Amino acid sequence: MPSIVKPLVTHPGLERNALGLTIRDYEGGMSTLCAGCGHDSVTAAITHALWESDTPPHMIAKLSGIGCSAKTAAYFARGAHGFNGCHGRMPPIATGASAANRDLLCIGISGDGDSLSIGLGHLAHLVRRNVRMVYVIENNGVYGLTKGQFSASADVGSTTKRGEANHLQPIDPMFLGLSVGATFLARGFSGDKRQLVPIFRAAMAHRGLAIIDVISPCVTFNDHEGSTKSYLFTRQHDVQMTVTDFVPPAEEITGIIPDQGVVSIPMHDGATLRFRSVPDGYDPTDRLAVIEHLMSAKGRGEIVTGLLYVDEQSSDLHELGNTTDKPLTQVPYEKLCPGSAALAGVGFR
Amino acid sequence: MNPTDTSDPNYFHRVVDCQWACPAHTNVPEYIRLIAQGRYTDAYMSNRESNVFPGILGRTCDRPCEPACRRTRIDGSPVAICRLKRVASDLRGDLTDRLPVIPTTKSGRRVVCIGAGPASLTVANDLMPLGYEVVILEQLDKAGGLMRTNIPAFRLPAETLDEEIATIVDMGVDLRLNTPVSSLRSLLAQDFDAVFIGTGAPRGKDLDIPGRHESDRIHIGIDWLGSVAFGHTDKIGERVLIIGVGNTAMDCCRSSLRLGGTAIKVMARRPRSFFKASSWELEDAEEEGVEIIVNHAPTRFVLEDGQLVGMEFQRLEWDEQARHSTVIDTVVIPCDDVILAIGQENAFPWIERDLGLEVGEWDMPVVDPVTFQSSLPGVFFGGDSAMGPKNIIWAVEHGHQAAISIHNHCEGTAVSSRPPQGVNLVSQKMGLTEWSYHNDYNPSTRQRMQHVELTRRFQSIGTEVEVGFSAEQTAREVQRCLNCDIQTVFAAPLCIECDACIDICPVQCLTITENGDEADLRTRLSAPAKNLDQALYVSAVLPHTGRVMVKDEDLCVHCGLCAERCPTAAWDMQKFELLIPLAVSTPVPVAT
Ligand SMILES: Cc1cc2nc3c(=O)[nH]c(=O)nc-3n(C[C@H](O)[C@H](O)[C@H](O)COP(=O)(O)OP(=O)(O)OC[C@H]3O[C@@H](n4cnc5c(N)ncnc54)[C@H](O)[C@@H]3O)c2cc1C
Ligand SMILES: Cc1ncc(C[n+]2csc(CCOP(=O)(O)OP(=O)(O)O)c2C)c(N)n1
Ligand code: SF4
Ligand code: SF4
Ligand code: SF4
Ligand SMILES: [Mg+2]
Repeated sequence: MPSIVKPLVTHPGLERNALGLTIRDYEGGMSTLCAGCGHDSVTAAITHALWESDTPPHMIAKLSGIGCSAKTAAYFARGAHGFNGCHGRMPPIATGASAANRDLLCIGISGDGDSLSIGLGHLAHLVRRNVRMVYVIENNGVYGLTKGQFSASADVGSTTKRGEANHLQPIDPMFLGLSVGATFLARGFSGDKRQLVPIFRAAMAHRGLAIIDVISPCVTFNDHEGSTKSYLFTRQHDVQMTVTDFVPPAEEITGIIPDQGVVSIPMHDGATLRFRSVPDGYDPTDRLAVIEHLMSAKGRGEIVTGLLYVDEQSSDLHELGNTTDKPLTQVPYEKLCPGSAALAGVGFR
Repeated sequence: MNPTDTSDPNYFHRVVDCQWACPAHTNVPEYIRLIAQGRYTDAYMSNRESNVFPGILGRTCDRPCEPACRRTRIDGSPVAICRLKRVASDLRGDLTDRLPVIPTTKSGRRVVCIGAGPASLTVANDLMPLGYEVVILEQLDKAGGLMRTNIPAFRLPAETLDEEIATIVDMGVDLRLNTPVSSLRSLLAQDFDAVFIGTGAPRGKDLDIPGRHESDRIHIGIDWLGSVAFGHTDKIGERVLIIGVGNTAMDCCRSSLRLGGTAIKVMARRPRSFFKASSWELEDAEEEGVEIIVNHAPTRFVLEDGQLVGMEFQRLEWDEQARHSTVIDTVVIPCDDVILAIGQENAFPWIERDLGLEVGEWDMPVVDPVTFQSSLPGVFFGGDSAMGPKNIIWAVEHGHQAAISIHNHCEGTAVSSRPPQGVNLVSQKMGLTEWSYHNDYNPSTRQRMQHVELTRRFQSIGTEVEVGFSAEQTAREVQRCLNCDIQTVFAAPLCIECDACIDICPVQCLTITENGDEADLRTRLSAPAKNLDQALYVSAVLPHTGRVMVKDEDLCVHCGLCAERCPTAAWDMQKFELLIPLAVSTPVPVAT
């Protein structure tokens, strides 16, 4: 435990966003994670993105399961709603929250164990339903909270602190997403907020489920030589496949846009995703092309980062279900539940 | 930028804003922590080492430390550094065992100091422990200089003054009162190894306008205060005009209120933002009902039948910088007495001009600003006599430096050879997340000094106005100090660039970025570094990415969270102690 909680004293020149809030207003409780945990940096990046996007804290729902990563939902946006569910069971809870109040910005925080082991089934169905939410996997290759067992994202050959190697094939959430119809897939690194913050802002604006796989080193159990999820290894193998700017609705796209390989993707709310740098022939809206690029990068041993795939066209949970525009929480009870007489007329004939 | 050289004692010293601003470099955060621990005697001694008169200065210091204090930049008001000094002095215990031991066998060196003000007393304080014989010659029948004659007793009680002067005199100083020096030549002829001149700036400026010499109700401020201090003056008219608005004026107006004055006006030529008086002295005077009138330039004294009845002023209108004025009209303000408080000057009628001791413009001696030696080897100046009127803490610092020079002079070392400052840096880590100091930020606001109620104040000029901090106030005020001496010390080779320190810092001090020149770097930090008076720390190149760690020192609250959240202990919190050279610590060269 830290000796003190982060004092509330602030930099006197702190900037305010459109709501008059400073970035400190988007912080949460004091982290009790190990010093230097990548998860804390992810928290800081989310905090930054929420502040920059002028998000009203009371319109945020933070959802998580179990794990060191899951704990971090408590460390940002102290003014938001939150639900800390069972291990791997955050997706159904998030689906319920989003179904009940479509105006909420749902932010799910999960780990590689939470999402790719115990919760894998739930995650796949969350993707299929295209629930509108930001889904962050803080990926450290281990079960941090239970002291460092390999998780399902550990690479073949990666070793534990004591030197035993992993022999099981890893699950890559990007490939998983591409195979079950994900509409927004990105990978980042906790040590690179310059890349991470715009990705989070784009994810918050996305119409549907946005999965962000963030390599987030576990300093205590997986930051040694032999680890493929350490700070050093990630830095040495990180290849930024795409460089993306998130341009909010009101802002103009400025700067020099190179002719080659640039794609600008309009988002449903009027914002624009501008891919400033992508490899030749890379189209972030072409599922097949993306799979090919990721496959060959994997063959080269690269850790590919950036906003990798985006589909702004597909319908989300509410559109698929043809629900009312009004959040269900605001629909009068009598209307939500018309009573047994009316129900008798619908079902069980 | 080049990596910051933290081995330069000035780097970390500058971070301790108060200590850097203090002419004697008092270790403020250290004594505040000692007070917090209830170690009042230790706190007093820590003060005494650099500023010699903690009880006196805890009441009267000009406190250059306070405007510099980091806390001001955080919440708008400085730590009450000065009043905490008084707490240490009020609550301290017996000093007998802690004062320097005075050798019984003397070294044979004899030094004479002229004037028994703070400058001379400091020289004696520094040289007595080295076995010197020190003689102080004072023209008046009491020691203390202007602290005795001009600072009124309601700000500085005589007991405090007596006690702290006695501490020095009791070291065995040969203090000769009622002994004015009328010739430097005859003093030089005597058997002294060095002469120190600490005679102050004794002449109050006069105002030669019509009527000046036609009434005995027109007084020179510092002379009048002296005569009040010695009990020669014990009353004044009801309506008093004070000309000038510096600190002397404040003491004159407040003293008048205690000697029968009821309608006191302080007359200023210029607008309020150009006043010389400290803001707190102005506040205290106004609290007592003194009226401060701006933009009035005196033109003549008005007399009727040989009696002073008033004074004539031009009313002025100033431009924005208060450089040029235009006269609006002329007014006469009735009064019974006028006190002139428009400044002090040096005067050395007793220094013969053919001794080889150069005296320059305005009767100012030519003095080396580092060694305080005059153009006549072996003759030194210090305090107001050296550089013109300043204040007590400067007089003390001059005394320290002159004592080093005198010691060098007597030992045959070049006076210009100055002992270097030393630095101690010690980690304050006590456990994984535990520090030796109270690292949390305390949001308390500055404690207000309680004053004796107005009616009681005017009954006797000796009633001290400030009552001192209560125990509760002290407890709150000590926690406002940000421990600026507990430095953030960085080891670049250890950093894995996890960003933990950057994310946790409550005041956005830290950034990892590509290096650049200072002006450019200052714009590219977590928060722009706009305060150019405060340094940027730039690390060596970081091993993973080749970037650098940059810290803007401006607003660091020394909470230690960066060090606590660092997985590799690349940051550490280390206590910086400046080892200030004094005459006692000067290494004596070995004779060959
Ligand atoms: C009204 C007033 C209020 C002040 N208030 C403050 C304050 O609140 N805080 C602060 O820090 N400073 C204050 N000061 C300034 C401060 O008092 C002086 O800067 C300080 O005392 C200077 O010390 P010194 O040792 O140089 O000389 P002084 O204190 O002036 O002492 C000089 C001594 O030398 C003696 N002397 C002079 N000539 C001879 C001679 N020929 N032979 C023998 N003896 C001689 C004098 O009698 C005197 O005792 C104030 C000054 C004035 C005028
Ligand atoms: C149903 C259930 N099974 C097992 C556990 C034990 N458990 C707690 S956290 C965890 C793994 C967490 O790993 P990950 O999601 O990667 O989070 P990290 O701590 O690495 O951030 C496990 C297996 C549990 N809490 N509940
Ligand atoms: S906060 Fe404390 S250490 Fe820092 S400048 Fe102020 S008094 Fe000095
Ligand atoms: S001690 Fe460290 S964390 Fe605390 S304010 Fe200073 S730089 Fe920031
Ligand atoms: S917390 Fe330590 S290792 Fe991490 S960036 Fe800061 S100094 Fe470097
Ligand atoms: Mg994990």
